[in-house]
Amino acid sequence: MAVLVIADHDNATLKDNTHKVVSAAQAIGGDVDILVAGANTAAIAAEAAKIAGARKVLTAESAELGQGLAEAVADLVVGLAGGYDAILTPATSQGKNFSPRIAAKLDVAQISDVTEVVSADTFVHPIYAGNAMETVQSTDSKKVLTVRPTAFKAAAEGGSAAIESVAAPAAPAKTHFVDQKIVKSARPDLGAAKIVVSGGRALGSAEEFQKVIEPLADKLGAAVGASRAAVDAGYAPNDYQVGQTGKVVAPELYVAIGISGAIQHLAGMKDSKVIVAINKDADAPIFQVADFGLVADYKGAVPELMSALTAAGK
Amino acid sequence: MKVLVPVKRVIDYNVKARVKADQTGVDLANVKMSMNPFCEIAVEEAVRLKEKGAATEVVAVSVGPTQAQETLRTALAMGADRAILIQTDQDLEPLAVAKVLKAVVAEEAPQVVLMGKQAIDGDNNAVGQMLSALLDWPQATFASEVVIEGSKAKVTREVDGGLQTIEVDLPAVVTADLRLNEPRYASLPNIMKAKKKPLDVKELGSLGVDTAPRLKVVKVTEPAKRQAGIKVETAADLVSNLKTAGVL
Repeated sequence: MAVLVIADHDNATLKDNTHKVVSAAQAIGGDVDILVAGANTAAIAAEAAKIAGARKVLTAESAELGQGLAEAVADLVVGLAGGYDAILTPATSQGKNFSPRIAAKLDVAQISDVTEVVSADTFVHPIYAGNAMETVQSTDSKKVLTVRPTAFKAAAEGGSAAIESVAAPAAPAKTHFVDQKIVKSARPDLGAAKIVVSGGRALGSAEEFQKVIEPLADKLGAAVGASRAAVDAGYAPNDYQVGQTGKVVAPELYVAIGISGAIQHLAGMKDSKVIVAINKDADAPIFQVADFGLVADYKGAVPELMSALTAAGK
Repeated sequence: MKVLVPVKRVIDYNVKARVKADQTGVDLANVKMSMNPFCEIAVEEAVRLKEKGAATEVVAVSVGPTQAQETLRTALAMGADRAILIQTDQDLEPLAVAKVLKAVVAEEAPQVVLMGKQAIDGDNNAVGQMLSALLDWPQATFASEVVIEGSKAKVTREVDGGLQTIEVDLPAVVTADLRLNEPRYASLPNIMKAKKKPLDVKELGSLGVDTAPRLKVVKVTEPAKRQAGIKVETAADLVSNLKTAGVL
């Protein structure tokens, strides 16, 4: 048995999602190799080599791999697939982009967003916006999975795997990168943050969102999230969206402010350890999943929360 | 330019899915069904491409039971020109759907396949990517903007951390994200007109595609329930509770 984990990185640093997918790979069993495909892999590969339990780290470099073009990544992985029984990718927007392409090229099913490894061929994943958990047994010779990082503990550091470089495939002929606009933020990454403060439609405007949500997030050292309603209304950028079709988070603490708690939003945060809801509507569905609910208008409640945090030494 | 738009009939997005007591699946008897929201966005974009003169014909296709004809009629009422139903009572996996769509593409020869990024029932987010792999076409997933320029499509994609723009040679597969557009409502006259538009029904078996399942569903269970929480009176109470819970 050998399992290939495709590393998550931003061409500068390795992301913690990789460690989490390595632990899913270890649950499958066998040798675990990590593939770092990108534009500049040396430093990232060195970090990946430190993950305990990795047999070796493979690196492949090209401009197209750095741009995350699905055609380039899929060609690379399909070329390596002969040596592996399972191919695991974090269920990030990049992983979701190329992983099904790999599965189809190999003529096998993909199991999306795996949250539990039952055995080497049986996996659990959520369906219907997380309202049902499906356990499936794969009959394919190779398993291609995307893994929900928040469902697995990060693999420990302390390894010293060998680094081996593999040839990058030719550039895809029919797909060309034009440009990229990445929002720069000093705050922790939404998917990996220990605390997330999210705002919803009740905030009413982008200015109010910045004025209310962001200072509270900064005080708590938290990442900022948003409901679809807040994103659609332009209060917050798209990649802040938490939910079925946005990011799935599972922080220690999730603070929902002015969010009603629609099915699609709950799908993205109901595995958080502690959920706090601040909403003036006592009947809002968010209170059904909140550990601590405060029925109040955010306009008064958030400043009070800020001063209570200051009083508590935060 | 012809645009093919695959659409799926799914549980209505407002309905909370209930797991059957025998753990064989989700109970869909007497549940309201609708067009998958992402498919609506794909239909809307295809119709807008036609209105802009970039597309000449919009063909909607669905793979599913007889009732999926209603979903196709909705697409026709939104502005699609004609529809194809590949009829089956089997619940096909994404790979099988992609293979069926490949066979439809071979017959229809569209320049663009425009579809939703994921269906809200299976939440797989796979069919579009799989179809483009099987056709060996370029893919542009999670699109929030699509501009067709001659034999190329410039697509802005929603990625983690921001937006990415790529250019793909046509023919290509494009999958729609939420922000691509706001789908129109079908007006009553258009719903009436849609009843007269052509809708071909083909049996799945007539395509000769291997749709054997690769996955065996062992069981479908309810997710773990959260313990009931408490309401606090003041922000100070909230902070002390969070301290006790060890998250501050």
